[in-house]
Amino acid sequence: MSAGPAASAGPAPRAAPTAHAAPAASAAPAASAVRTPAPFGRRAVAVTARERHGAYTLLRCEDAGGPRPRAGQFYMLSAAERWGGGDGERPFLPRAFSVLRAPAEDRRLDFLLEDVGPGTRRLDELRPGDRLHVVGPLGNGFEPPRERRRALLVGGGVGIAPLAIWQDQLEDSTRPLLGFRDRARAAAAGLVSSARVATDDGSFGHHGVVTDLMRQEIAGRESEIEVYACGPPAMLEAVRAVCAELAIPAQLALEAGMACGFGACFGCVVPTRAGLVRLCLDGPVLDADRLESALLPGTGH
Amino acid sequence: MTVELCGIALEHPVINASGTFDAIAARRVFGAELIERFPFAAFVSKTVTLAPRQGNPPPRLWETGSGLINSIGLPTKGLEGYLGEDLPELAELPVPLIVNVMGFTPAEVGELIRAFADRPEVTALELNVSCPNVETGLVMGADPRELSALLERVRPLTDKPLIVKLSPNATDVPAVARAAERAGASAVSLINTLRGMALHPRSGAPWLGGGGGGVSGPAVRSVALAQVYAVAEAVEIPVIGMGGVQRGQDALDLLRAGATLVAVGTENFRDPAAASRITAELSALHGNSAPELT
Repeated sequence: MSAGPAASAGPAPRAAPTAHAAPAASAAPAASAVRTPAPFGRRAVAVTARERHGAYTLLRCEDAGGPRPRAGQFYMLSAAERWGGGDGERPFLPRAFSVLRAPAEDRRLDFLLEDVGPGTRRLDELRPGDRLHVVGPLGNGFEPPRERRRALLVGGGVGIAPLAIWQDQLEDSTRPLLGFRDRARAAAAGLVSSARVATDDGSFGHHGVVTDLMRQEIAGRESEIEVYACGPPAMLEAVRAVCAELAIPAQLALEAGMACGFGACFGCVVPTRAGLVRLCLDGPVLDADRLESALLPGTGH
Repeated sequence: MTVELCGIALEHPVINASGTFDAIAARRVFGAELIERFPFAAFVSKTVTLAPRQGNPPPRLWETGSGLINSIGLPTKGLEGYLGEDLPELAELPVPLIVNVMGFTPAEVGELIRAFADRPEVTALELNVSCPNVETGLVMGADPRELSALLERVRPLTDKPLIVKLSPNATDVPAVARAAERAGASAVSLINTLRGMALHPRSGAPWLGGGGGGVSGPAVRSVALAQVYAVAEAVEIPVIGMGGVQRGQDALDLLRAGATLVAVGTENFRDPAAASRITAELSALHGNSAPELT
């Protein structure tokens, strides 16, 4: 689970108001508006497609028995076969993935993964016709932008996933900004519409980090933007710091190693200004100003 | 598959291990369906201590071959928070409630037991004795004399069944179980997690925020079976067996080793409804006249 990719995204309950300059009239919906309840128990779904997008794999499945998720919610995934079924070694626990895309008109669920460990390797082996176990949708999804602000989506690597579905669900957002390590990974930028891209090695788009683009995009519009970000810990921390500096509200879709995804294991706690919270229940999206740092112990190694 | 434990009638012999299922959180996630399809014949709540505890710093989890090492550190709202916030919600569950408590001195354990002694919502108490007695430095559940002294003091405080959760990290677990029985325990449950640790793959420092942790899952199943077998031979009181139960066959093994009930722990993390599947598999095996191992 150290290698666990991409558990991310759900909005922070606004019940605990934070220091933000959020307008008093902010029409923040109740927490239930961002959480679709999950059917009890894991269910088997059929993999219907597998596509390569640069260094990443898009896994598509048909979730006939599940409700439509909110943007930013996540699922616990495990292959139905050869996944700790009693005799195997790793992988053993399911892995958390933000949903990449879930069109309202059908039962499709898309996930994005990168082969970085035993769990993602096994998931990457799945082919159409194979079965996947899912539990979800889980966690709290993104909350809409505060009044008079437009969404700016900022993503990095495999963490672009929840931004794609959020872009689908938002009526209006500014041009997304995505960062990748290199050109091969940047090939996944096409999963998000009309994005500006930065690469660490300069092999595609802007040579530098995505927060460079963010500063350009925000300059002079600090009061009109709300940032939605998901990506590796170093990127999220850079985004958090820029937003804190410029007093811009931000919702960060975070990742933490999780055994269960539904509050049972108490393993995915993250430090917030108000103490440890279970990311699977109170997140995975947290308001950036709830955090001292987005560099969470045990992630991104 | 109805079964009785210390006079408590249960619909089937499968319950949860303490600390592996948060029914309140699960109700928030799964809604009313959790209650309609509640998978356990009784519900054991997470360890309550007198004072609130934040638990260990993250990271708290490490996946190991066929198992999990956790270093959660018993986060709890403490007795007051549990009584005020959690107990009313847990009382709505459709099954008997067993409250797991832990104290750092015998006096603390006594205070916890008194707090639940007359609560009608609570069917039984389970004592977590896997922590050191801060007055003696000895782990209460690892030493027969420590455990006897504790139970002789707290047993008279309630008429409710007292289940002692045994630590597997003891030199002679059956001796501890016999001490519990002689001192008035109504039942024993085992195994708790085995001590383990993992190192950061690059730095070599301990990975878990708490340093070491407890190993659970299929990796400990054979250890659990051996300890349940040995303890069931050593005592007359009922035994609740747990450790790596994933399938009906694993539950059947523990019952054949002498357990009255079986608890599901880590498998709940892989599938919140796992206990229902395990119960159905166990039922099918019971129905088979020759349930040979497969």
